[in-house]
Amino acid sequence: MNDMTPTREQREAKLEGMGCKRKRVEDIRFTQGRGNYVDDLKLPGMLHGDFVRSPHAHARVKSINGDEALKVPGVLAVITAETLKTVNLAWMPTLAGDVQMVLADGKVLFQNQEVAFVVATDRYAADDGINKVVVEYEPLPPLIDPFKAMDKDAPVLREDLAGKMTGAHGPRKHHNHIFEWTVGDKDLTDAAFKKADVTIKEMLSYHRTHPSPLETCQCVCSFDKIKGELSIWGTFQAPHVIRTVVALIAKIPEHKIHVISPDIGGGFGNKVGAYPGYICAAVASIVTGKPVKWVEDRIENLTATSFARDYHMTTEIAATKEGKVTGLRVHVLADHGAFDACADPSKWPAGFFNIVTGSYDFPTAHLSVDGVYTTKAPGGVAYRCSFRVTEAAYCIERGMDILAQKLGMDPAELRLKNFIKAEQFPYHSALGWEYDSGDYHTAMRKMMETVDYAGLRKEQAEKRAAFKRGETREIMGLGVSFFTEIVGAGPSKNCDILGIAMFDSCEIRMHPTGAGIARVGSKSQGQGHETTWAQIIATEIGIPADDIMIEEGNTDTAPYGLGTYGSRSTPVAGAAIAMAARKIKAKAQMIAAYKLEVHEGDLEWDIDGFRVKGLPEKSMSMKDICWAAYNSVPPGMEPGLEAVSYYDPPNMTYPFGAYICVMNIDVDTGVYKVRRFYALDDCGTRINPMIIEGQVHGGLTEAFAIAMGQEIRYDDDGNVVTGSFMDFFMPTAVETPHWETDFTVTPSPHHPIGAKGVGESPNVGGVPAFSNAVNDAFSFLGSTHIQMPHDFWRNWKAAKNLGVFA
Amino acid sequence: MAKTHVTMKVNGAEVEGLVEPRTLLVHFIRENLALTGTHIGCETTHCGACTIDIDGMSVKSCTMFAVQAQGSDIMTIEGVANADGSLSALQEGFRMMHGLQCGFCTPGMILRAQRLLKENPAPTEAEIRMGISGNFCRCTGYQNIVRAIQYAAAKINGVEFQEAAE
Repeated sequence: MNDMTPTREQREAKLEGMGCKRKRVEDIRFTQGRGNYVDDLKLPGMLHGDFVRSPHAHARVKSINGDEALKVPGVLAVITAETLKTVNLAWMPTLAGDVQMVLADGKVLFQNQEVAFVVATDRYAADDGINKVVVEYEPLPPLIDPFKAMDKDAPVLREDLAGKMTGAHGPRKHHNHIFEWTVGDKDLTDAAFKKADVTIKEMLSYHRTHPSPLETCQCVCSFDKIKGELSIWGTFQAPHVIRTVVALIAKIPEHKIHVISPDIGGGFGNKVGAYPGYICAAVASIVTGKPVKWVEDRIENLTATSFARDYHMTTEIAATKEGKVTGLRVHVLADHGAFDACADPSKWPAGFFNIVTGSYDFPTAHLSVDGVYTTKAPGGVAYRCSFRVTEAAYCIERGMDILAQKLGMDPAELRLKNFIKAEQFPYHSALGWEYDSGDYHTAMRKMMETVDYAGLRKEQAEKRAAFKRGETREIMGLGVSFFTEIVGAGPSKNCDILGIAMFDSCEIRMHPTGAGIARVGSKSQGQGHETTWAQIIATEIGIPADDIMIEEGNTDTAPYGLGTYGSRSTPVAGAAIAMAARKIKAKAQMIAAYKLEVHEGDLEWDIDGFRVKGLPEKSMSMKDICWAAYNSVPPGMEPGLEAVSYYDPPNMTYPFGAYICVMNIDVDTGVYKVRRFYALDDCGTRINPMIIEGQVHGGLTEAFAIAMGQEIRYDDDGNVVTGSFMDFFMPTAVETPHWETDFTVTPSPHHPIGAKGVGESPNVGGVPAFSNAVNDAFSFLGSTHIQMPHDFWRNWKAAKNLGVFA
Repeated sequence: MAKTHVTMKVNGAEVEGLVEPRTLLVHFIRENLALTGTHIGCETTHCGACTIDIDGMSVKSCTMFAVQAQGSDIMTIEGVANADGSLSALQEGFRMMHGLQCGFCTPGMILRAQRLLKENPAPTEAEIRMGISGNFCRCTGYQNIVRAIQYAAAKINGVEFQEAAE
């Protein structure tokens, strides 16, 4: 060995494989303004479409007249529901099994609903045209409060469902009822409550909010009449699903539909579903024979494409007087707006809300969810969470704090007492899940030690005493949250979208010189897949990550995948990548054995190639094997080095974490200050710690926004009153707290590399931490629960209601 | 609508075009000049994705008409890299400190940070946070953007970058 021979450490480092803080490949283009987002696309002759929208929450549409609009220079077409009916596209199916108007058909059901689509030579002319379309409305009564949706005299919203007392998820109880979904053992749970020493009951509202990525939803559709092919560039988190949906509803053969998701400027769940803009742009392109671009503006984004949450959760916990939980009973009233446009796996009308038993060993539980229609925008999507998991985490984590308060116990102590123990995994929850792995006690204790939990409680006690003595007007809260997520949808046995099992996929093609390309069915919206997917392959097959190009988002070239949302990329696509890489490695081993003239079994893997056991100098690097794959494979073997894997996960993965928020609130102004926020995440094997930390920072910032003010609010007439960035809380660098991150590692036993997914954990775990901090601060003044969001005004009002100004 | 002739300097080059008086500067830059690095995230001047540098000031180009930029000297993200094509200190800082994820806010953020460091070459963390408060980022939580700007400030000032303790 001479001095030039790289050491094992150098060979390992050169790969930049798993566990390495590899700098991102994407940043080279993004930092130079060379990203390629949908609105950057400009095709020859491209037209622009824009919507006429309803000013009313609920009204009958008596007439739509586009004559004056068509006189506006540049305006070419005004498309209405009547136009769409000629191609049978006035309504479209939703992912939740409902149907949704593409353009107002007879009536409108929420403010800013799409009424007509004006197509013009440029976006300014389209806007001019919109202002000239005359729509005659007859206002009808709005329905804003979901608790009044099933009143006897509630207005009938969905006339199209008249007489249909069975929906996609079973019987409907009322004309505004969508579904009832129940899980768990009702009798056993009722019995547990009867026997309980202590019970709590509280209605916990998780308000309506919006994912609002910085880039809105947009698309360019181009129909080639000669070839009969439709190309769609769009902000799609799940491009293959969009292709199949278009094939099913537009009756264009699927191989003649080309869906391309270029760079996406954030998604957070907003870009999973199909929206009227996509359909209208496609129809407009078919009608005009020209490419048509549709770009949503921010007000349209906040008010029309999918909202998140609007879950109203009546939460009951039964416990012994020692603080051992014995039962959980939850009823949810779910406000889905005018159409059930939830983006959940088909069989899950309330997503995976039945993860609501959380991190605790509940012997029994019962859950029921009623979905209702209101005159609000349709949805709801999973805003940076697996389906309805943030709602569930909020429900149980607030519930545990309320129980602790009733028992006079410390909230952390109550959690430690009820955690599922490490030796209980795999754990079967009372509501039907099999948790794969976890070590909750270790994570919780690490958090408590790191932040000096006991010291903080002591300080809080002193502050409370000082407050009572009138020496301070500042109160202090500790918000503890210990969440268990359920991500990686999902196993074909229980997860599908429109009948397509929720697998994911990877195709790897190694080139002769030892570089390669991997195409994956997921689609990054900022998660850095081009960087991390190559790291998995680097470790698996010993080719430097820099020599692997990752491609996603082109449905013609990428294998079919279900896309990126619900933290499913690493659990599902990440597994497919590892499995495809292992197929490459298996073939490589056969080639190496042939070239080294030994039996395959005599070879062992060594960082970046195979070596003969006991003869380390006799080896063949993966790079050399790639070359050999194209010129001297063993007799009978096909040349080339490629592999495809479609991975159907055997189970979900269950990331978890221990968070704490330390907050001070001035009771006279309601102004809060986040003194400290510590987040410990366990997402199993860590692929790129830098990216994980970045994901946690981002998710916590969203959680902060949601808990502390980010709300889509309607007035009594159904007007959206938080429809722009003027009113919709979007934290800047000034308001955003400093984040401390930490971790433990409990690998998933069923995942090929043990990884669990992390992107959404901070949103799921963060919201209850903030809300618990506010509620903990006020609790000593006699408060049990204050609803989110906790903005300054509401904090001040809470203080006032608790009599601190008396 | 009658069109007006505009000329301005963009990234060091003289450019011209015919625009309607109502054409927003950001649309002129993106669509007439095909410089698509400048992004649009709202229509109310809140998000800052369209931030560019005009005559030594940070300006949100969605809130200015192209005709108002007549004769001005503009820099967009496409003009930020060093003359030899290498990344500027800020671009490098954003990459090294993981100051971006989806990349949509990044051009505006970098343009704003570049002007901030000219206004205040050695800002404190609080000054950086206030200095970029006209720019939204939905992905990073800002913490790594702050570090990216600190990294660049240190590099420009020729001092060693010291990461703040957690």
